[in-house]
Amino acid sequence: MAAHLKKRVYEEFSKVVQIPHEEAPAKKLRLSKPSKSAALHVDLCKATNSTEALQYLLQFARKPVEAESVEGVIRILLEHYYKETDSSVRLKIASLLGLLSKTNGFSPDCIVDDAINTLSNEKSHQVLAQLLDTLLVIGAQLPESPAVRLRLVDVAYKHLSDTYFGVRNKCLQLLGCLGLVDTPLSKDGEGPGSSQGGARDVQSIISNYFADQDPRVRTAALKAMLQLHERGMKIHQIIYEQACRLLSDDYEQVRSAAVQMVWVLSQLYPESIVPIPSSNEEIRLVDDAFGKISHMVSDGSWMVRVQAAKTLGSMLQVSPHFLEQTLDKKLMSDLRRKRTAHERAKELFASGEFSSGRKWADDAPKEKLDTNTVNLIASGACGAFVHGLEDEMFEVRIAAVEALCQLARSSPSFAEKCLDFLVDMFNDEIEEVRLQSIHVLREISTHITLREDQLDTVLAVLEDSSRDIREALHELLCYTNVSTKECIQLALLELLKNLNKYPTDRNSVWKCLKFLGSRHPTLVLPLVPELLSTHPYFDTPEPDMDDPAYIAVLVLVFNAAKSCPTMPALFSDHTFRHYAYLRDSLSHLVPPLRLPGRKQVYSLDSVDSSSGSGSVESAQLFLQQSLDRVSTIQNLETPGAQDLLNFTIRDLRRLGELQTELAGAADFCATYLRCQLLLMKALQEKLWNMAVPLCLKQNVTATAAAQQILEETYKLEFLYSGLESRQVATIHHVRLQAKALQLILTARTRQRLDLLSSSCEKFLQEVESFRRLFPSELPHFQDSFVEKLLDVMPRLLSCKPAELVKILQTTLRQSGLLQLRLPQQIHRATATIIEPTGESDNPLRFTSGLVVALDIDATLEHVQDPQSTIKVQILYPDGQSHVIHPKPGDFRKPGPNRHRLITQVYLSHTAWTEPSHVEVRLLLAYSSSSPPSKLGWSDSIDGLPPTEPAVEGTIPFSKPVKVLIMPKPARR
Amino acid sequence: MPEIKVTPLGAGQDVGRSCILVSIGGKNIMLDCGMHMGYNDDRRFPDFSYIVQNSRLTDFLDCVIISHFHLDHCGALPYMSEMVGYDGPIYMTHPTKAICPILLEDFRKITVDKKGETNFFTSQMIKDCMKKVIPLNLHQTVQVDDELEIKAYYAGHVLGAAMVHIKVGSESVVYTGDYNMTPDRHLGAAWIDKCRPDILISESTYATTIRDSKRCRERDFLKKVHESIERGGKVLIPVFALGRAQELCILLETFWERMNLKAPIYFSTGLTEKANHYYKLFITWTNQKIRKTFVQRNMFEFKHIKAFDRSYADNPGPMVVFATPGMLHAGQSLQIFKKWAGNEKNMVIMPGYCVQGTIGHKILNGQRKLEMEGRTTLDVKLQVEYMSFSAHADAKGIMQLIRMAEPRNMLLVHGEAVKMEFLKGKIEQEFSIDCYMPANGETTTITTNPSVPVDMSLSLLKREMALGGPLPDPKKPRTMHGTLIMKENSLKLVSSEQALKELGLNEYQLRFTCRVQLQDPHSDVDTLHRIYTHLKNVLKGYTIQHLPDSTVMVESIVIKVTSSAEDSSTKVLLLSWSYQDEDLGSYLSSLLKKGLPSGLC
Repeated sequence: MAAHLKKRVYEEFSKVVQIPHEEAPAKKLRLSKPSKSAALHVDLCKATNSTEALQYLLQFARKPVEAESVEGVIRILLEHYYKETDSSVRLKIASLLGLLSKTNGFSPDCIVDDAINTLSNEKSHQVLAQLLDTLLVIGAQLPESPAVRLRLVDVAYKHLSDTYFGVRNKCLQLLGCLGLVDTPLSKDGEGPGSSQGGARDVQSIISNYFADQDPRVRTAALKAMLQLHERGMKIHQIIYEQACRLLSDDYEQVRSAAVQMVWVLSQLYPESIVPIPSSNEEIRLVDDAFGKISHMVSDGSWMVRVQAAKTLGSMLQVSPHFLEQTLDKKLMSDLRRKRTAHERAKELFASGEFSSGRKWADDAPKEKLDTNTVNLIASGACGAFVHGLEDEMFEVRIAAVEALCQLARSSPSFAEKCLDFLVDMFNDEIEEVRLQSIHVLREISTHITLREDQLDTVLAVLEDSSRDIREALHELLCYTNVSTKECIQLALLELLKNLNKYPTDRNSVWKCLKFLGSRHPTLVLPLVPELLSTHPYFDTPEPDMDDPAYIAVLVLVFNAAKSCPTMPALFSDHTFRHYAYLRDSLSHLVPPLRLPGRKQVYSLDSVDSSSGSGSVESAQLFLQQSLDRVSTIQNLETPGAQDLLNFTIRDLRRLGELQTELAGAADFCATYLRCQLLLMKALQEKLWNMAVPLCLKQNVTATAAAQQILEETYKLEFLYSGLESRQVATIHHVRLQAKALQLILTARTRQRLDLLSSSCEKFLQEVESFRRLFPSELPHFQDSFVEKLLDVMPRLLSCKPAELVKILQTTLRQSGLLQLRLPQQIHRATATIIEPTGESDNPLRFTSGLVVALDIDATLEHVQDPQSTIKVQILYPDGQSHVIHPKPGDFRKPGPNRHRLITQVYLSHTAWTEPSHVEVRLLLAYSSSSPPSKLGWSDSIDGLPPTEPAVEGTIPFSKPVKVLIMPKPARR
Repeated sequence: MPEIKVTPLGAGQDVGRSCILVSIGGKNIMLDCGMHMGYNDDRRFPDFSYIVQNSRLTDFLDCVIISHFHLDHCGALPYMSEMVGYDGPIYMTHPTKAICPILLEDFRKITVDKKGETNFFTSQMIKDCMKKVIPLNLHQTVQVDDELEIKAYYAGHVLGAAMVHIKVGSESVVYTGDYNMTPDRHLGAAWIDKCRPDILISESTYATTIRDSKRCRERDFLKKVHESIERGGKVLIPVFALGRAQELCILLETFWERMNLKAPIYFSTGLTEKANHYYKLFITWTNQKIRKTFVQRNMFEFKHIKAFDRSYADNPGPMVVFATPGMLHAGQSLQIFKKWAGNEKNMVIMPGYCVQGTIGHKILNGQRKLEMEGRTTLDVKLQVEYMSFSAHADAKGIMQLIRMAEPRNMLLVHGEAVKMEFLKGKIEQEFSIDCYMPANGETTTITTNPSVPVDMSLSLLKREMALGGPLPDPKKPRTMHGTLIMKENSLKLVSSEQALKELGLNEYQLRFTCRVQLQDPHSDVDTLHRIYTHLKNVLKGYTIQHLPDSTVMVESIVIKVTSSAEDSSTKVLLLSWSYQDEDLGSYLSSLLKKGLPSGLC
């Protein structure tokens, strides 16, 4: 049946396509109705009973319908609709109408009338609801036509009083989506009264249904109101009271929607004043709403609790004393009165009316207090967060933590207060919550200074066995301020303990101490003698330089010494030696210091550090100047050009090493220039003048150069982030040149014509695609290789391969050096493998044939979308290589542009007799729009073993790490 | 007026021996059947003779409901069912049913085997008693009989603790048992829907306490234990075998796991192993974390916590020991305490309430020298810490539950009278509902105002709906006409025609007629017309017709005019209306009696 239907529909389509050619499409379509949708028509006529008809319709619904035939189909459906007696079939037709009017390219305004007509004599409520849904779809498709909207809204008004909840629901939805919003616009045109009245109407009508007997309708009414708000209508403040009443509804979905509604209104009218029931005082609306929503944090339904907790976070205008109540569970009094009442209540509690349960027998009954001033739950804000953070469902807890974060970021005093609670959350039973609270604390840590006892609790978490938690905590410590030197000592002690317990945390701990030191130089100063265990009279033994704990202490001290010039005086001799060593080996952790008597040695460094940002500017200037200088080279064959390039490349490389800010840009330029240099060299080879058979050897170097340029261009394109399309075009241009070179070389060595012609074709295609890819960049390529090629394109297309090669050769040799424009922000993707370190002499032993897991820990910087691009390559000594794709879950994102890969790779091999190294490295996979054709490649590098075992479509981008492994034969 | 009567036999202004009788809608229900731990004589059990003097309890009680397995809630059950005699149904949740007999048996062993009491229930009695138990599931409505239905809600507190909603007709009572509104490490928080019962019977152990944040307590606890362990000290935690012990175990277990600690944790007593087994089984009754992670690992399968042996107490090095009983009054916990008390590095943490007179109570109150039996004294040098881990709702929790359930009356049990008084005041002030706190044996009577549901025939409903607006407004009552038929205990509202048909009665129409004399000089026809116009002016919105047969119809009221025989200017108006139009008819007659206004044409 399905096939039949499909066939028929397709037949129709062919006819329909012809018709619009003639005239006004709408009318024509109507005329074509009987013929084109005949399939459906026939099917529906054939159907003897409603079940069968339903079956046909269901089948029909599975196929998409083209825009042109939609109207015809709809006519047929409507025709059948009027005849149909069974409501389920009518329901299906109604839903099909909705589906069909969603078809792209079909404008449903022509069926509005019909759809509305069907409503008028429909008896079944379900069908009615479905029809209204269809109208909703139609209305949504026609946002530009106010007349249709007006009609639909009228329809909605008319059916609002239906007895079936579904119909009322849909009507409210219609009103929400289509109700008139644009009052301010039409105000000028017509009388303000009428338009205002219209808008007013929608709101008051919707709000009438806030008290509907059916909870679903109440929800729909609230949702419709929210929809109006989203569409830009200003909700009236009267609604507030009604919404507040719905907060105590029996049904959770109503309460949830009401929370949203109250929130919206609190954002709209934060400053207006509302009275407090049962007293004659008034407060700001946002405070009132905050109190009410806080109340919902202890709702019976956890969905509502999540909603409420989330919402609280975005109510930033709330008054501070209300905010602070949310953290106080004991403060139960009605804070809405006056400040004095607040304080009085606090005293009441301090005097111990309620016991805290922390001390034994402090709840012994005391004299009765004036209970009127104490109110247990009336003011909802009390302890909202205490409740939220203790909630049974971790979703609520997370929402509460996030809300705390948002609020604390905008209010330092609140941040101070919520500290204790966040610290408590470090002890949550679910790791996600713990992690989240640590992150939150880090975010607000600019506002706070940790006291000793707080730091103590924070540091306790350092012993956590979860690496994520510990690292998040290190990150947190990097940003925290502490108040006393004891804190520093405590932190150092705990960090060393951590280091001792989890040696893998080494880098993270060091980094943490670096920041701790540079943040609190004055606090570290008094600790220095103790930390370095120096003694005024006695020489103490020199500590072991390889001890990570000692390095950690030194990192702390040196970083503090950077901004504390008096500190170096306290150092002993070996400390200076160790400084020199660490400054070299761990330069990212140890800052340059101005040390007495050693100035000349480190002059370069100290100048660097002192000049600060100025040096960046001068380096930038230098970079620009170098590029300018290079650009003077007009012709590749100019004498001295090569030298200039060579020097510039060397300069840029060094610059990149010295100025980390500019490393990306400098590297990028250097690589680009190197490509140019290679190209220049290749073209200057003498081989071009020699006879073909004589120059095989030279040919090899040129081929290798071409190959290398290709590789470099891929690196240029994919390894650097922040490229503009101009640079990408330049890179592609170089690649094109390299390919041209390859082609020429192939032509010279090989005489097989068929092969040559196919590679010529390919090359021309690439030129073409270059033009397609960078149409806007072409004007910048004046006088370049590609422009010249494009000029002669018609000729190239028609000529023979040999001739083409000749043209290419001349063009290539004549083309000048294309200037590189320095990109604004450019970063090189880098990867460092932290683990394995490659230093271990102990081979990893395992039984051959089985697998062994190797832990890999690497940091990646400036890598976009690492989940799909980063791969791990294992290279065995026998040349066998093996690429592993890490799981997306193994990537973490500790900071912007930074990723961390912690994964396990599985190794396996057959038995060896000796332990041997395998190499582990990271690869960056790319997919170029024009991937290098495999045929061309293998042809051109024929006979040459690949210099680097590159994997197709990947760039190796980390230093390989060697791991000693030893697969042993299985013992029997 | 129907009444609900509540009589506490135990737990009235008292903690322990929970046993509450409720009479509702002619049904008698016993809620909990506990014993008092403080007595060893007859006062230990509730006074069942209060219920019936000589006949069997079965005749009087419709069912017994046990909220959870603590002995002060179920300890007297075998005594009541087997020794006093009760054969009716006993309801409890599945975990309670599983764990309850273990505790009862343990209790029996201590009283009979150790203390040598006679006239106590036997193992067989416990078994027989458990046979009468019908298990309950959460949120499952169980029909005890045709009218009485009960439904259990989650209560936190201990594994399997439940609150029960008891309903007869439209009257209902909620009994909370013991409950906890803040979730802990192994159980969730109590929850109930807005069932609006007539009475909410709530425990009030912590009526005057608002506890600190739970995390704060946990952190303190862990920190204290951790510090003590790092110092190389030993930590003793006296606990009751079930409930808090498991929470603390999980707390320590996860902490050990997270922090990679190696010091051993021991748990004394064999009873716990059996109970732990049930904890593993009833995962659905625990909190979110345990429920979600049990597939990977059941949290109750402890890795770090091992069984304790007497000899371990002398082992060197740090350790943590959980030992029973919780108040240090006897048994293993006391033995260990004696061994460790002399070393100031050691620590004892009391996680719960201690009854006056126990060693636990003494050391918590700061006593540093204890007199032991045999005139020896014990110097207490070790650190003593108190940490409330009791899983009862605090004052705020009780208020929260009231807000959730929205009861019409409140009744407090299971708490000290003075504290209750305080909470009672708060509740009355806050919710403006009545709050009661009866003492043991004191009956509280609450009159209810139950709504009586009546079946209404659909045709009548539709007809009435058609008359009024399209939507019934739930907030406004509406009057309607119909006939109420009471037949065989059921009420039915039908239209009068149907009622007549059903009852086989003829329909009679009641019409009122009345004559009104009117002075009007005009002819009959004119008078009628004048009346017509007059009424037309006065009664706007009514259909008034002037019919050709010289009558005026106002709705269904007929007005005719005849001249009186004697005086043609005295007209006699004949008004006739049916019973349904009584209001309008009498209004018309009084209106016409006043005569017609002169200005009419």
